[in-house]
Amino acid sequence: MGDSPLRPDGTLKVTGEFAYASDLWHDDMVWGVTLRSPHPHARIRRIDVSDALTVPGVTTVLTADDVPGDNAFGLEHADQPVLASEFVRYEGEPVALVAADHPETARRAAARIRVDYEVLPAVTDPLRAMDPDAPPVHRPGNLVRHLKLRRGDQTATAPVVVSLDFEVGMQDQAFLGPESGLAVPAEDGGVDLYVATQWLHVDQRQICLALGMEPERVRLHLSGVGGAFGGREDLSVHVHACLLALRTNRPVKMSYNREESFFGHVHRHPASMTYEFGAERDGTLVYARARTVLDGGAYASSTAAVVGNAGTLGLGPYRIPNVSVDAYGVFTNNPPCGAMRGFGCVQAAFAHEALMDELADAVGLDRVAIRQRNGMQEGDRNITGQVIDSAAPVAELLQIVADLPMPPERSAESDLRSLPGAVGNTTHGEGVVRGVGYAVTYKNIGFSEGFDDYSTARVRLEMTGGEAVATVHTAAAEVGQGLITVEQQICRTELGVERVVVHPKNTAVGSGGSTSASRQTYVTGGAVKAACEAVRAVVLERAAGLLGRPAGDLRLDGEKIVGLSGEVLTGLGEVLGDDAVEETVEWRHRPTHAIDPETGQGDAHVQFAFSAHRAVVDVDVELGLVKVIALDTAQDVGKAINPDAVVGQIHGGSAQGMGLALMEEIVVTDGHVRNPSFTDYLIPTILDMPPMQVKVLEYGDPHAPYGVRGVGEPPTISSGPAVAAAIRAATGKPLRRVPIRPEHITGT
Amino acid sequence: MRITTTVNGTEHEVDDVWPGESLLYVLRERMGLPGSKNACEQGECGSCTVYLDGEPVCACLVAAGQAQGREVRTVEGLADGDRLHPVQEAFVECGAVQCGFCTPGLLIAAHDLLARVPHPSDLEIREALAGNLCRCTGYEKILDAVRLAADRQARS
Repeated sequence: MGDSPLRPDGTLKVTGEFAYASDLWHDDMVWGVTLRSPHPHARIRRIDVSDALTVPGVTTVLTADDVPGDNAFGLEHADQPVLASEFVRYEGEPVALVAADHPETARRAAARIRVDYEVLPAVTDPLRAMDPDAPPVHRPGNLVRHLKLRRGDQTATAPVVVSLDFEVGMQDQAFLGPESGLAVPAEDGGVDLYVATQWLHVDQRQICLALGMEPERVRLHLSGVGGAFGGREDLSVHVHACLLALRTNRPVKMSYNREESFFGHVHRHPASMTYEFGAERDGTLVYARARTVLDGGAYASSTAAVVGNAGTLGLGPYRIPNVSVDAYGVFTNNPPCGAMRGFGCVQAAFAHEALMDELADAVGLDRVAIRQRNGMQEGDRNITGQVIDSAAPVAELLQIVADLPMPPERSAESDLRSLPGAVGNTTHGEGVVRGVGYAVTYKNIGFSEGFDDYSTARVRLEMTGGEAVATVHTAAAEVGQGLITVEQQICRTELGVERVVVHPKNTAVGSGGSTSASRQTYVTGGAVKAACEAVRAVVLERAAGLLGRPAGDLRLDGEKIVGLSGEVLTGLGEVLGDDAVEETVEWRHRPTHAIDPETGQGDAHVQFAFSAHRAVVDVDVELGLVKVIALDTAQDVGKAINPDAVVGQIHGGSAQGMGLALMEEIVVTDGHVRNPSFTDYLIPTILDMPPMQVKVLEYGDPHAPYGVRGVGEPPTISSGPAVAAAIRAATGKPLRRVPIRPEHITGT
Repeated sequence: MRITTTVNGTEHEVDDVWPGESLLYVLRERMGLPGSKNACEQGECGSCTVYLDGEPVCACLVAAGQAQGREVRTVEGLADGDRLHPVQEAFVECGAVQCGFCTPGLLIAAHDLLARVPHPSDLEIREALAGNLCRCTGYEKILDAVRLAADRQARS
């Protein structure tokens, strides 16, 4: 605990032996592909698959009529067809499936399915979609959720008022491992699905409803996951592969190509925001008013929860007595949006942090000081009235990043490759100006608003070949963040056993909950800790029986049972014999509560995590090119169980936030995605990323196991606004939209 | 068509290859060597980087027929038996591997860089690896790993 053992999957990953979902293979396997709608909105008049079935090598073709259970799935609301039958509501919606002996055969056959579409007008402007007379994407109406938040004096006024409109484009998770899975029909008539996902059990629930099958016959196994970032919370290949496997009675592999991946998962919600802050002349915030509209696209996915975050956390980590916030999620015929790292807080942070800079200028404070003056402290209430009952080091985190060494000034001798445009040799430094920006955030950890957020762990302790071995079995998904290592570390700490085996992740044990919301080390870590404690209690009871002493006088120390003064009484092997001790525990964090529907007040969240960033940028104001020179950060992680993994999450999360500020956007016009490829959807390369200084604070949360605080998301939230602020500082332009494009900087 | 290619020192003969299949597809699906990854299959992400006659290439952009009679080295061929190559060791030790999907391609690119430039500067590392996207790490620990591998190679 607190050191950084090597990850057990590391060697497999560097030798190429680690089996990702797209690497799976089975004797007699066929390939499944999906036919998708070319229209954002259309009525399906007729589907003719006869021509596709004549292609040699094709095993089967399926349409909505072949879905045996409910033709509907969804994370929170089952509103999305497994295969469209009557309407398609977004470009790329699945319409039919083909299985064939070669992926190219399947693709060619899919192209020969004739779908007779009646193209309908598409609702693509989320603001217009909110009009009561706008055509409904679903019936009734286009509002997924309206969150109202009212606190304090609604008529409050202030001597200094700043306001702005802000827009955030549609970001993609852009995990590298494509959506993939292998479905294998089983002898009991059920199916085994090996798949890359973030939450096996919520997938299983949805698959069972679609297949009309009980959970015992739909067994999910986690395959190697090539990154997730929220994009694997919703189903992709899951039901489709199972349907094809059950129909053909053959193992079916599905693996999206990159273009299909852009259509096959939900994205980060684009946002339109209008914010106003009122403050005293010394900069102390008096009131805040905000209106946020999130484009949820064609299906609900997790939009309601994203709205929850954009509302309840949407004003940042500041003390604001009088608040009026309205956050909306709406249906459109744009691509569906759902979970992505930072989950509703990312969009909001661009607005509240830009406004804090405005306020700083208006009252004559510097940009660190204005945030420190208003920053939350432990014991304060946030805008839903919830008391922040553990460390809230807003001011300290800002001070740390402000005090970090600055990168060296650019000089005539600086390498040209360090200029904006990088290796493109676009400038020799003329027209290049430098700017510095700051941002700070807080993020809820775990699921909020009364969700029953639990994880299950089974821990088994036994003697194997004279050595104690502990096995940890959870269904919590390792998506690259290092959870398996953390499970081992916790088990080693609690049981003192060196050899800890992490069982493959599957649905043979209870739910581990989602690998999202920065929650797994907290919640599954808590479950593993609790299961270890239960195992230890049984072992000590047994030892007490053997030794004739009260269990309370005994401790488990490595492979020994010791007494109160540390004297060795017997060995673990003597106590266990040939018997294993196995305990399964469901573990929950403190309950959260629904918020009041009229006022938005309530204890919605279980824990908050804080981070701050300072960005230094060089901007070529003639070409509109930006080079981030430094991106430094400080974050409170409560307790770093694995410091290397913590820093790795902070690096990677910061890169994603920077990407949104500078380059990452799915361009959607009239409901059509214009850039579904890594050629046109840009993610930061190693040339775009600057060096990072990372400072980690460890103010333990007294309510969390080991004091941990979720780590993964905060860096994605505060890095982007810091970069945007630095570009504004360099250029003097307001820049009220991200990603900031060259034309925004040059004004052309 | 039939293709004969030497992969990691072993000659592979593969039948029934379609003319449209990439070297990447043949390696992964026909030769049982899935170490080279299929992240974009457009030559943009570098996760399928392999050596073809000693030159790093994106295997997704090489038609399988172009590999006829040539030598391919993939991530599966970097280690010396059970002994990891110093670049592989450094990636594991430095925490440069998170989800790991980009790792095989990055390893080949880094391996190639260190063979050409034993002591690369940070900018040289960044230039050499700019064709390999990583979504998890933010690249800091990848830079650490390449620096460490360079140090180790210099000492050995």
